[in-house]
Amino acid sequence: MNAAHTRGPRWLRLYAAAVFAFLYFPILVLAVYSFNGEGVGGFPPHNLTCRWYAMLLDDSAIWSSVGNSLLVAFFAVVLALAFGIPAALALDRTSFPGKALFRRLVLLPLILPGIITGLSLLMLFVAFRMNLSLVTIALGHGTALISVATTEVFAGLQKLDRAQEEASLDLGANYWQTFWRVTVPNLKLPIIGAVLLIFTLSIDEIAVSFFLIGRNNTLPLEIWSRLRRGITPEINAISTLIFLFSLTMILVWYRLGTRGEREPRLAEELVPGAVQEG
Amino acid sequence: MFSRAYKSAITLPPLFWVATFLLTPYALLFCYSFWSVSPAQIIVRQWNLENYRELLRVSMYPAVLLRSMRIAASVTALALLLGYPLAYYLSVHAGTRKHLLYQLVVIPLWVSYLVRAYAWKTILGSDGVLNTLLQYFHITHHPLGFLLYSPFAVVLTLTHIYTPFVFLPIYASLEHIPRRLVEASQDLGAPPLETFWRVILPLSIPGVLAGATFAFVLSLGDFLAPLLLGGPSGVMISNVVVSLFGAAYNWPLGSAISFCMLLLVVALLFLTERLEKRWSFS
Repeated sequence: MNAAHTRGPRWLRLYAAAVFAFLYFPILVLAVYSFNGEGVGGFPPHNLTCRWYAMLLDDSAIWSSVGNSLLVAFFAVVLALAFGIPAALALDRTSFPGKALFRRLVLLPLILPGIITGLSLLMLFVAFRMNLSLVTIALGHGTALISVATTEVFAGLQKLDRAQEEASLDLGANYWQTFWRVTVPNLKLPIIGAVLLIFTLSIDEIAVSFFLIGRNNTLPLEIWSRLRRGITPEINAISTLIFLFSLTMILVWYRLGTRGEREPRLAEELVPGAVQEG
Repeated sequence: MFSRAYKSAITLPPLFWVATFLLTPYALLFCYSFWSVSPAQIIVRQWNLENYRELLRVSMYPAVLLRSMRIAASVTALALLLGYPLAYYLSVHAGTRKHLLYQLVVIPLWVSYLVRAYAWKTILGSDGVLNTLLQYFHITHHPLGFLLYSPFAVVLTLTHIYTPFVFLPIYASLEHIPRRLVEASQDLGAPPLETFWRVILPLSIPGVLAGATFAFVLSLGDFLAPLLLGGPSGVMISNVVVSLFGAAYNWPLGSAISFCMLLLVVALLFLTERLEKRWSFS
């Protein structure tokens, strides 16, 4: 914003450093104490050990919940893309009665506290007489995260040159061929971005899953049930691994090379009216 | 250029899905809030306002709602206090390190909510990192009890979680401010503070509103942080809903509270959108 990149007043620099410290302190503590021999607290850390990680390796309940989470995230991605991409196209290219309401409804689960979406879906599944299971969680995540696919793809569509699609149609390709050979390749980056975001958000999601859980736990719910029973550094260990996983995802996301030119939309898109009617 | 068939093909499937899996559930929530539970614990589908009357009659409900709003407001204020200067620093003074620092703010956002809440629990407990550290350096001699299982712990944790969310839209709106406006203010002789107060701050209000709404709404509806760190004095409105849907088994009453929350959120979003339009520069 400012032409002259002065380093700014000293207090502001210190303040920014303090905020960074606040943001990273808990994560640092978590990682350090995952190696602590004697419990999750106590200063200074004692008897550094890798035994919690070894214990984690043998913990079949955790790993099966990891498997469940991956499965749920996979289907959430498929579901959210299957409906989110057409929804973005529809917002960009058509007008129909109730379009404004539709747009708001799609975005609502992102801004609404998870408990409301979770409970509402619970009532729906009860009304459908569906047993709660990983299926209901995947349906919940997929539906709530259509919003992410829609906003990412919609933003991509704004930059898309429609002449290419027109040319494809003029040259005799049908809509289906045009969609797969022209539209989707042009939207590759937004779609990959959406996949990464949806996948990570689904893996971390707990408030909606909390109400839709059947017999099989997802990873956050498995951790949650352990937290209720008492805490060991094993939870620190799995948390540290989750952090490293998130870090990897975000590095992949940036390596796509899109971040430099793109606006930081991650939170902007959560704002009402972020997706304007096309 | 798009045929009718194409338009239907892209419109109808998402419309159908969203109607079934979003609109219907929210409508069901609305319906449930007018029903009741028989003594034999069966949902009675008779329409009445009893649940809403109960919410007004039993003083616990408004009191807990008020406490939740207080906690959410504190979180919002603190997150703004931390997020705004950080966004300003990055946007104006960070220079070439801007993108690196930006990514450093975003990374904690990707760290599981639960993991961060848990981390604070291990820090604030009476055998926790903070208390043992204070005693190690002989600053205190007994563990400080108010750190964990208190509204303080909930506010601290939620602030930690939502500061990056508040930062992002503020940063985005600061980045959008045309440089010439700032230069014009400086050229016309305004001191830095006045330029900030009369040019930069007003133009960043849309970002502030967006971030604040987000932090307020999501902390208002949170139930996991209070369960994990709040203790009895940190119970929030969503915890009441959770217990009504669990052990207390009164879905209709729980739905009435949830629906009030839904209305509150939608009203807030509406208000923010209005304000944002008024403040936006274009």
